[in-house]
Amino acid sequence: MIRFTAIRLVEIAAMVVLMSFVIYALIGLMPGDPIDLMMGADPHLNSADLARLKTLYGVDRPLFERYLAWAQAALHGNFGYSRLFAAPVVQTLLPRLGNSLILLGSSFVIGFALSLGLGIAAARRPRTRFDAAVNLACFAGVSMPTFWLALILILIFAQGLGWLPAGGIGGAGNSGFGDWLRHLVLPVATLTIANLGGYTRYVRAAMRDALGQDHIRTARAKGARETRVIWHHALRGALVPIVTILALSFGSLVSGALVTEEMFAYPGMGKLIFDAVMGNDYNLALAALLLATAVTMLANLAADLAYGWLDPRVSYR
Amino acid sequence: MKAPLALLCAIAAASLAGPLLAHFLGADPAAVDLLDRFAGPSMGHPLGTDELGRDMLLRLLEGGRVSLTIGVAAALAAAAVGTTVGLAAGYLGGWTDRVLMRLVDGVIALPLLPLLIVLAALDLDKLGVPRGLALSPSISLVRIVVLAVLVGWTTAARLVRGATLVTRSRDFVRAAQSLGAAVPHILWRHILPNVMAPLVVATTLSVGDIILLESVLSFLGLGVQPPLASWGSMLSNAEELITSSPLLAVYPGAMIFLTVIACNLLGDAMLSRYDPRDPARI
Repeated sequence: MIRFTAIRLVEIAAMVVLMSFVIYALIGLMPGDPIDLMMGADPHLNSADLARLKTLYGVDRPLFERYLAWAQAALHGNFGYSRLFAAPVVQTLLPRLGNSLILLGSSFVIGFALSLGLGIAAARRPRTRFDAAVNLACFAGVSMPTFWLALILILIFAQGLGWLPAGGIGGAGNSGFGDWLRHLVLPVATLTIANLGGYTRYVRAAMRDALGQDHIRTARAKGARETRVIWHHALRGALVPIVTILALSFGSLVSGALVTEEMFAYPGMGKLIFDAVMGNDYNLALAALLLATAVTMLANLAADLAYGWLDPRVSYR
Repeated sequence: MKAPLALLCAIAAASLAGPLLAHFLGADPAAVDLLDRFAGPSMGHPLGTDELGRDMLLRLLEGGRVSLTIGVAAALAAAAVGTTVGLAAGYLGGWTDRVLMRLVDGVIALPLLPLLIVLAALDLDKLGVPRGLALSPSISLVRIVVLAVLVGWTTAARLVRGATLVTRSRDFVRAAQSLGAAVPHILWRHILPNVMAPLVVATTLSVGDIILLESVLSFLGLGVQPPLASWGSMLSNAEELITSSPLLAVYPGAMIFLTVIACNLLGDAMLSRYDPRDPARI
């Protein structure tokens, strides 16, 4: 198990290094370059200055050489300076990562809890109207564009009823915890609803599989109460495929968070990545994309470990 | 199975018939009429007009052509790429299989949308695409199709690999091998027909996903560029006007929703038809 974790951690590190080169190369292919931006910012620069600046910043060197220089600095914890936020990249990144993890974490926990309830309820009544209704609702959930859902929630709860703020993040100044929570409601609700349909379908399918197994019939024959059969015997087996699929969906959760954060002007990683890419903030975009990649892969590793904990038959090679 | 199929056919037929309808209504979906903005439904404009006085219904049908074209083209392309990879991995096995499947796992584990944003923002000039082509309006369509393929090929690859592994050891494949059939012939004539069923289901499902992806990219300003319009780009235009004229956002949003849910329900129905063992299986 320790060996498995160590190997996976090495693999993740290798993947992050590989991705850092790929992203570095891609960012070089985006429109404009840092020297163009400086030229636009200062009309007094002439072409000799530009050539000097290019040498100074090493933009004239080959791609791989530039990448190595970046990687060397990055390994020393220096990811450069953010152009948009006029602050070191690391200092900009970490609070945003915290905000995103709050959004992702709470929506994942709420979505998972709701999908367990709904999915199990549907799986216990196969081929009934209730089952069909849950199934249709799930399809409706996965068929909606996330930003359309956000738009409608804003229209109803912020514009129409005026119950909740339409965007931003609270808790600044003297507004306190309640305000911060109120700002969190709509983004979390959007992300939860967007993922609930998919989650519920997985839970329903896995539970239906689990309820058809022989040991369930045995448990019932022994006179175990229905709640115990469902929550102890069946769920135990069903959780294994559920955890696998939910873990694989973490990448798409991050993607959904990007849209949600953009829609609600929520200062998280997704919005940061989008703003950095659109605003030609190369250092920030690169570091933020790498951080998002690393976090996603670590979440997948955590799920693999949970898999083994849930299913003792799994052995780690 | 019939209802979603009928709905999809109706949407596709209406989108294709858009120009014909425009001819009868005597209107042009791109014609701007600034004196007749935000008009309600009338004989000339059955669904009213948008923020530039363009006919809503005709614009919706035109957007449908773009969205459906992207969805179907990208789904087919992703299926083709995925099938090639899956066949190679499943039939050749060994190192090919291990390398390709690690690649698939790696791509699935990535946070794709943030990476797609970088790809969508790439300067085609720097990639060496000829300038005339890089500036043509249809390049945004090609770009979205390429991005959708990058996201979508993994599903088909995994499915086809799985089905190939099962089929590879069947007797008729063994017989073909011992008769000295060439590998391409075996793959094409013996393996592929047996992996078609799950592939068709996955492709149907992916059409809906790709239409959703297109709408998200358009919302982020990286999708279809004017003068072309898709449902996604119409929806993101309407976003700014949502408080004054919510209907402009409701129509394209509803079209996306109906098309995607029809694709999903159709795929699900096909799945339970070819694999009736467990209708709730994913």
